[in-house]
Amino acid sequence: MHGQPRKPLRVKDAAAAAAKASNLRDLQSQLLHNHHHRLYTKEAIAASSKLLEINPEILTVWNYRKLALQQNLKEATDSERMKSLVDDELRAVEIALRANPKSYGAWYHRKWVLSQGLAEVDFDREFRLLDQLLKVDSRNFHGWNYRRFVAKLKGLPEVEEVKFTMDMINTNFSNYSAWHSRSGVLSRLLSKKAEGFAEREKILTEEYELVSQALFTDPSDQSGWFYHLWLLDQTVTPNEVLLISSWPSNDSDCVLSINGNAAYCKSSEPIRSSYYFMSTGKLPVVLYFNQTVKGVNSSSVTVNSMFVKNEDLVWRPLLHTKSKEAACWVTYLQIPDIQLSDTKVYRVEVKLGHSKDILSSSGSKFNHPLHFIFTLTLNSDSLEHARGESVDELLVWDDGGSSTLESNDLVSFDQLKLSEDHASAFSKWQLDTISNEINLFKELSEENCIFVKLTLARLLTAQDAMLSHTVPTVRLIRLRDVLELYDDLVKLDPRHAGYYEDERSLVIMNQVTFDDKSLSSHLSHSSNYISSKLHLHGCLQLKSLSLTRIGYFERLLWVQTLDLSHNKLRSIAGIEALQLLINLNLQNNQISSITALEPLKLLSYLRVLDISFNKIGAHSVDTTRYIFSSPLTHSIVKDKKCIEECLQANINVADNWEAIFLFSYLHLKQLDVKGNAVADEKFRDLLKMVIPTLTWLDGERL
Amino acid sequence: MGELKVDKHVQYILSVEKKKDSFEALVMEHLRMNGAYWGLTTLDLLQNVASVDQEEVISWLMSCWDRESGGFAGAIGLDPHLLYTLSAVQILALLNRLDVLDIEMISEYVAGLQNEDGSFSGDMWGEIDTRFSYCAICCLSILRRMDKINLGKAVNYILSCKNLDGGFGATPGGESHAGQIFCCVGALSITGSLHHVDRDLLGWWLCERQCTDGGLNGRPEKLADVCYSWWVLSSLIMIDRVHWIDKSKLTEYILNCQDSENGGISDRPDNAVDVFHTYFGVAGLSLMEYPGLKPIDPAYALPIDVVNRIFFSKF
Repeated sequence: MHGQPRKPLRVKDAAAAAAKASNLRDLQSQLLHNHHHRLYTKEAIAASSKLLEINPEILTVWNYRKLALQQNLKEATDSERMKSLVDDELRAVEIALRANPKSYGAWYHRKWVLSQGLAEVDFDREFRLLDQLLKVDSRNFHGWNYRRFVAKLKGLPEVEEVKFTMDMINTNFSNYSAWHSRSGVLSRLLSKKAEGFAEREKILTEEYELVSQALFTDPSDQSGWFYHLWLLDQTVTPNEVLLISSWPSNDSDCVLSINGNAAYCKSSEPIRSSYYFMSTGKLPVVLYFNQTVKGVNSSSVTVNSMFVKNEDLVWRPLLHTKSKEAACWVTYLQIPDIQLSDTKVYRVEVKLGHSKDILSSSGSKFNHPLHFIFTLTLNSDSLEHARGESVDELLVWDDGGSSTLESNDLVSFDQLKLSEDHASAFSKWQLDTISNEINLFKELSEENCIFVKLTLARLLTAQDAMLSHTVPTVRLIRLRDVLELYDDLVKLDPRHAGYYEDERSLVIMNQVTFDDKSLSSHLSHSSNYISSKLHLHGCLQLKSLSLTRIGYFERLLWVQTLDLSHNKLRSIAGIEALQLLINLNLQNNQISSITALEPLKLLSYLRVLDISFNKIGAHSVDTTRYIFSSPLTHSIVKDKKCIEECLQANINVADNWEAIFLFSYLHLKQLDVKGNAVADEKFRDLLKMVIPTLTWLDGERL
Repeated sequence: MGELKVDKHVQYILSVEKKKDSFEALVMEHLRMNGAYWGLTTLDLLQNVASVDQEEVISWLMSCWDRESGGFAGAIGLDPHLLYTLSAVQILALLNRLDVLDIEMISEYVAGLQNEDGSFSGDMWGEIDTRFSYCAICCLSILRRMDKINLGKAVNYILSCKNLDGGFGATPGGESHAGQIFCCVGALSITGSLHHVDRDLLGWWLCERQCTDGGLNGRPEKLADVCYSWWVLSSLIMIDRVHWIDKSKLTEYILNCQDSENGGISDRPDNAVDVFHTYFGVAGLSLMEYPGLKPIDPAYALPIDVVNRIFFSKF
């Protein structure tokens, strides 16, 4: 029972309770009798009122009253009688709400009665009722929902709602319901540019002032902080859709050799050549936007090449769901078998922005037409590198001291340089507002208030994203400040340590991938990788950085070998953007289920995977069970067939479905799973069965 | 704090069934079907469902079925509603006895409550709420009759109830509430639509539900209540953000709400216990991998082995 103290029943109370129970039992059986026999007399209805006074939760009683009203209305001869019948129902609701102001049945009964249009609605009475109720409990969400209903019924303009929420907030700053309602109605009015709401920036500035008052009055109250978070989101959303990165990038020269299934792509840029290994004759073209967009297709993006007709190209969002929206999109150019003597240079041009189809979810458009060109040279000497390469060779991850590049050996990572354009995505108002807020919260940050520190960290992070073209030293200092804030927060508020560590990980990723210099210092050119001649870019080593999650994939589209071992990774979400990835090391992390590896299903070149020494199988609760495509989520087309085949092969699907629905989509040659609770002999046997391409399992040749 | 008093809780649940005539039992009479679901699921999580006479349960349950409409009522003689239809289907799934149902008729009843805009009414009287979207979707999925409804519209309606704080309300514009969020996130999970959820934004709102006493509340600036151990935790698990709260503090809070003498769990320490909070407390502990409890599925609100049996066996 909500809010009732636990106490033994005394004898005296027991007698009273028995009498109460007996009364209730009588009323309930009377109601059922009348309901089943369709008795709608005055007495019968009165008995139902008594029952509602004690227990307004029984929906059947309200149903009975609706039937009674319908019946009695049929017999009503004049409008006075009708009005009095309706009045009886409204009163019954009021009495029920006195017993329980949160009774779903009672509130709906009132809506239902008023919606019938039986009598003119006395709106003053409705708003009076609401005033009374919200005075007693200003957070009663039934009341707020009902207010929206009455306002709509009356045709009240939305501006009235803005005023009403202002009144409620002025009465008490700590009213989340009012702030919630205000954010909703303001955002509608602003997006409609309704009268008086056309000047978005002015209105938002006023809201910042309003919420600051609330925050300074009681900094420990969550209501205002959530409103501030919404305002911040309104302020940092880019006004335009921009392409922030692509692969291949503008001006790159790719040298491809196709040997059997393998193609090599070399970027001639600028100091060191980059070869890319592709295990199929498909060359991915990846576009990464500054926000989630829809509408990327062969009419909004044109790819001119001799390999494939533009209209035959299918662009797909890099997501494993049914979604049609993503920040990262891919299409594949099928490179045909070529003659060895053919040394022609093929030019590929990618154009976008000529149509207005590419849209963000907030409705911003891709406005500036843009095009980039890369060349493909077929059949170069890179074929020589391919010779002698045994695809069956065991890849040994380098765990000793890695030989990182000398600083004068800077590699250009084929990033699309769009910094100036990027700045135009934000207005002066946006930049000024964030900067003002930062100054405001910096003054307060000494006081160890969790929300102040967190908001400051968020503001600085937002500022960094908006000013990505500014001087690196300034940015690095800012990122260091953010890291410090999250370190403080972990200590101040250990309850949410997991959240702060996740946020902190993104800041570290930002630092590491910050520019070419920083990336170069994390590249290893150990002989292990060089000998395979596949990865002249070397291996990007992001190990032992205490990462719990990863990000900034738009800066890593070129990566083919990635070492993320010895972190605290729980998730690899987003990694699907790295379409060229062949070798991935996730050894010694905190990955706790097979379903957490779903992003790998979109990496068609992935051949070598190390997930040894994680927590797979150690937990009974799987936090990615519903993010994974499986029959549980109705997101796999061929699930029936797959299940039946496994059952026929005597595989226990109920115990192994995660492995079946993940690994059968991967084309691995080398896999390490040891050091996980799940990895017993039976599991290894299952893997051999579902991954027919596997040559190496836990270091042993199959 | 002590341990979970498994035996006491089993005894408590079995005793509730016998005290039908108390005022408390009568007040709850109209949702007996929900009560049966809470009680039986708790017993199963405590590895004790065998202590109940299953045939008796099934025969009572079927007497709550309304042959005319195809829906289930909360108790014998009352009107059918989606809230009770889902509980009845969940109970039969738990007992592995879905075979006693006229699946066609029940799924027709559920599908018939979908409105033009994709929303669901709770019954013929038309109250609309995202709770009912969850009931319908979960129920049809267990019955493997998802094709009976317009799934796209159902998902779009739920999305129309999404708020700027990342949470969900009962109807468009309704304030975010942890119970409502469970329903919406659960329905989106079952339909493979979680990509519509901003997991970081919603995760932050949900993890802020943890109060200083370790318990979880359902909305900002409210008191903690054991029932939110289920609504908040299950939602956090479905969106992979449960590591953002302090589980050991929450475990402590739930265990402090036990009546260690007579069994049962209450909303807050030292309050009166009931089946509803006993279920949510035990289910919450199960979601935190408390030793000795069966794991529960965060979306279908049934033990994992039951859900896996439904979806990964021959059909």
